[in-house]
Amino acid sequence: MPKITYVAADDGERTVDVPVGTSVMRGAVSNGVPGIVAQCGGNAQCATCHVYVDPDRYGALPPMSDHEDAMLDTTACPRRETSRLSCQLKADADFEGLTVTTPERQR
Amino acid sequence: MTHGADGRVVVVGAGIAGQQVAFGLREQGYAGAVALVGDEPGAPYERPPLTKAYLRGDIGPDELEPRPAELYRRERIDLVRARAERIDRAGRTVVLDDGRRLPYDRLVLATGARNRPLRAPGGDLEGVFSLRTRREADALREALAGAGSIVVAGAGFIGLEFAAAVSAHGHKATIVESRARPLGRAVSAHTAAHFTSLHERHGTGFVFGEEVAALHGDRAGRVREVELTDGTVLPADLVLAAVGAAPDTRLAEGAGLPVDDGVAVDARLRTRDPRVLAVGDCASMAPASGTGPRLRLESVQNALDQASYAAERLARPDEGEDAPPYGRLPWFWSDQYDSSLQIAGLAAGHDRAVLVGDGDEAFSVLLYRRGALAAVESVNRPADHMAARRLLAEGRAPTPEQAAAPDFSLRAFARAGG
Repeated sequence: MPKITYVAADDGERTVDVPVGTSVMRGAVSNGVPGIVAQCGGNAQCATCHVYVDPDRYGALPPMSDHEDAMLDTTACPRRETSRLSCQLKADADFEGLTVTTPERQR
Repeated sequence: MTHGADGRVVVVGAGIAGQQVAFGLREQGYAGAVALVGDEPGAPYERPPLTKAYLRGDIGPDELEPRPAELYRRERIDLVRARAERIDRAGRTVVLDDGRRLPYDRLVLATGARNRPLRAPGGDLEGVFSLRTRREADALREALAGAGSIVVAGAGFIGLEFAAAVSAHGHKATIVESRARPLGRAVSAHTAAHFTSLHERHGTGFVFGEEVAALHGDRAGRVREVELTDGTVLPADLVLAAVGAAPDTRLAEGAGLPVDDGVAVDARLRTRDPRVLAVGDCASMAPASGTGPRLRLESVQNALDQASYAAERLARPDEGEDAPPYGRLPWFWSDQYDSSLQIAGLAAGHDRAVLVGDGDEAFSVLLYRRGALAAVESVNRPADHMAARRLLAEGRAPTPEQAAAPDFSLRAFARAGG
């Protein structure tokens, strides 16, 4: 099971096992990791599961849909080069050791 | 920081609002006891997929449950599976149907809403379903496997999402709606027309302006026909009653708390008894200004945002009237076939609509009420939706004339700082 590290805006961090096929968003919610709200439950409709991905790993992630790209357009905290919606990142073996940083706020 | 270590919050209703109050309290550093009372079997779950991915069979039961039992233990949230019978406000206790009594110093009602039954003769025949709970979705999934003719009463979000979901398995439903168009007052005429034609293209039939007058069954008590108010008879062996919902106010009424289309709460979500709050579908909120109509919404966003607000207030009991009133912008979404509808704000009562975009497959409709932007509906235009949320939250808006300009972009307007 890939280990994923969630770094909070205040630098607290948690590393949890996220089963293959489970999204980075679900990995946080089911383990009680704060910083990811996920109001729409994983449908890329709310943009409250925004994360900044480790820049070294960003390019290797599954590609972003136009819908996700547009939803990241006006997030509560500014979009960066490495912004993704964590509900759209389904873990596979390549996610081992991935680090994502949660923004200061999601709403 | 820990506070309220000797406190005790009881949350009644384990839907997403109740779950969010309980876990939100811990996120806020609340150290007291937290009990979450739910009367459905199994682990607390999320309802939105019940009309979508779960009904289609794309996801299983585990994926409806956002948090495993282990997380409840770790966060010390006592999951109480029972029905709350009544509130003893003088004794600050919730009385359960199994005889247990749960003491509280703060109580949150997150009792949600109940589907309205189909008020027509034969509404209780076998094969007539309702869809709110996981159990009801499971029953529908099973019945759909052998279903031939499907009739849906009500063209609201539940009826439309159901028709779209079953279409994925080749079922073509007929939707009967008493109004002249789908989605009632929740959307503009343009957006309603888009969804009508979208469904028709996928084989869903509509009968507008009629209601179900009676349901007729066979000797075994199974539904066979739906008779409409104009006498039309539709064959049906599966009927979904999707005719709206009513807030569950039973506990509040029993406890002598005011009810007005929901549990009446002030702009800080408190009932007349300051120890008792209400959130989500069951709560009817007074405006912060003190004048104007109450607002009760049945939506995921409203449930979660009100729950988070309540958790913040409960974790900071000393702030009293200094607390800011609840003030989150309402927004909604619905996925049907390849159309993603997102609404920011409240469309009800709009008197002017301005269309932006191609008007067919991807568009936004800006809805104005007495000259002020009230809501923006976006179909397959997520960037518009996000821009609209920001503009409405900040109280900025283009004039209808600006929005009607041929090159108008909501996104550019939002970025330009108005």
